[in-house]
Amino acid sequence: MTGTIRLWSAISVFGAMALLGACEKKSPAPAPGGGGGTPAASTPGEITIGHYGSLTGAQATFGKSTDNGIKLAVKEVNAAGGVTVAGKKYTVRLVSEDTEGKPEKAGTVVTKLITKDKVVCVLGEVASSVSLQGAPVCQEYGVPMITPSSTNPDVTKVGDMIFRVCFIDPFQGEACAKFARGELKAAKVAVLFDQASAYSVGLKDEFNKAFKAAGGEIVSEQAYTQGASDFNAQLTRIRESSPDAIFIPGYYSDVTNIALQSRKLGMKMPLLGGDGWDSEELGKNAGESIEGCFYSNHYAPDQPTEEIRAFVSTYKADFGGVPDGLAALGYDGARLLFEAMGRAKSLSGTDLRDAIGQARGFKGVTGAITLNDHRDAVKNVVMVERRGGQWVFRASIEPK
Amino acid sequence: MDQLLQTLKDGIAIGSLYALIALGYTMVYGILKFINFAHSDVVVLGAWLSLLFARKLEAVTGWGAPPWWAGALVLILAMAACALAGFCIERLAYKPIRGAPRLNVLITAIGVSLFLQNMGQQEWMFGTRPANIPALVNDATLFTVGRVNFTLLDAAGVGTALALMVGLEWLVFHTKIGRGMRAVSHSTATASLMGVPVNRVISTTFVIGSALAAAGGFLWALKYSQIKQTADTSWTLLGLKAFVAAVVGGIGNVRGAMLGGLAIGMLEMFGAAYLWSSMTDVYVFGLLIAVLLLRPGGILGKAVVEKV
Repeated sequence: MTGTIRLWSAISVFGAMALLGACEKKSPAPAPGGGGGTPAASTPGEITIGHYGSLTGAQATFGKSTDNGIKLAVKEVNAAGGVTVAGKKYTVRLVSEDTEGKPEKAGTVVTKLITKDKVVCVLGEVASSVSLQGAPVCQEYGVPMITPSSTNPDVTKVGDMIFRVCFIDPFQGEACAKFARGELKAAKVAVLFDQASAYSVGLKDEFNKAFKAAGGEIVSEQAYTQGASDFNAQLTRIRESSPDAIFIPGYYSDVTNIALQSRKLGMKMPLLGGDGWDSEELGKNAGESIEGCFYSNHYAPDQPTEEIRAFVSTYKADFGGVPDGLAALGYDGARLLFEAMGRAKSLSGTDLRDAIGQARGFKGVTGAITLNDHRDAVKNVVMVERRGGQWVFRASIEPK
Repeated sequence: MDQLLQTLKDGIAIGSLYALIALGYTMVYGILKFINFAHSDVVVLGAWLSLLFARKLEAVTGWGAPPWWAGALVLILAMAACALAGFCIERLAYKPIRGAPRLNVLITAIGVSLFLQNMGQQEWMFGTRPANIPALVNDATLFTVGRVNFTLLDAAGVGTALALMVGLEWLVFHTKIGRGMRAVSHSTATASLMGVPVNRVISTTFVIGSALAAAGGFLWALKYSQIKQTADTSWTLLGLKAFVAAVVGGIGNVRGAMLGGLAIGMLEMFGAAYLWSSMTDVYVFGLLIAVLLLRPGGILGKAVVEKV
């Protein structure tokens, strides 16, 4: 099966590349001068940064939200006069590339960003499985990469050029387990996960470990594969084990189907998940079925802090709609990069890497970001609850 | 007991959907001897058009609860629109290369499939976000056995699929155009010498296949209510499974497609419910391998010796 899907994907990638090629011929050649050997700006006084994300595809809202967040940060920094690197002022230009959420496309688009657009830093992706394909390319070319929201620990293990501004799955899984055991007082939990996603499997493992350590019991563990639409068989088996809650570390479009089908089967227990749930589409499409459910997120738009209030109102003015956690992380990732550029000795990959790595207590909308030795952000997890058709802040869980 | 009944119900529900979609693959293969890879994209088109029609209807009538005819009207509209789309696809993409080597036609089919997928992703078409279809059938519970609910929606879904299959059966075996289809499927050249209007028969096949695909898409939308964007992997998987159903039943054989669809649906559900849920797709494609090894013509198919 995978073979056939791979074949299809390969065919579609070829098609996309052909289209890309056709488009590129039409666009004017990049301005000469300044480029050459240095990866610095292709035009003097301008820095190009790249973003690769799922602008279309099954997880399109992830890529689009992130892109919006980055765009907002770029707009703000340019309005404030740009960034100053080693005493020279630059404006920032953003080039966004679409991965369609397909891991096999990541290498191609990241290579294009680095070799053709000469970006000094790459932002992206959301999905860990895609980031894991983009990261080695950045490492190879010596261009720093900041992933706003890939939470799988392996992503930053690719090399010293790879950073993230979000928490990692072990902590997210642990926070969900703590919340289920402590706040929801659940003793028996069933797990339903996407076995084809590194993110989902990783989160499941960490949740199970922490939940058992907290004295809970995992009564049923069922799997599905990305692309599945019918979860009735898995849910029926879970129903047999009558759990107090179901942990579903999947992505929002699958969670929508799971929520709808579980309620039709007469299952009323709360569903619990990770930041893969974070999309307004989930609430819109699952409606009543998702009421009283929880997920762990990077921030909650209704948290009463000054940064969040300002961010939410400017985002609303620019793009309409409340920014989700991915938009907030895209915004934070880009702003952390600009702040690091201000401290960097030059725009070379290694100098920029060192500057990013030194970020300590950076004030982002998703909380204070401190990068540790593993280039991962250490920050708190926010649990949000669906109540009255809104996702509202429920609890904040601090890192150890 | 609950689980057995629930699994049986789910297996029939998903199996009848696979069967409906498999019919389109098998009909086109029977007549043109090529696999119409764009067929699953017509299913997607049907699902999305059902959504658009349903929304329009909801806006126009402003119903609180859907009237009984709402579902039927949307189904007919979607089937008509997809029949037209199927007609156009055949005329514009396949007819010009009739008689070309089979590989050319196959690649054209993949091209049509990619075209439909990428068109559908455009914001002015359906966009990339998943959408929710308004409730078209009152989801009342008819009766409950143990913990298993049988709803009006289940009945409507399976009933529609069965009615369409019975209708097709009648069309193929009891009408003039059906006789034409069987004749062309037997031998295009001979049929045309006997005065069968081959082009019209082929067009009709595509129109019927696409209308059934639209019905499949409509029932899918009704069953799952969330419709994912046109290039989502779940559609590819749906198309592949329906295709497997056609092959398992015996490709080119209309009754075989129905049988194959039910077999695949049952296997998938029972495998997930009683063996490992992580291997749902393995059961389906494992069956395909087994059938190809033991009975390459499919359950109801005839072994054909290829003349070289």
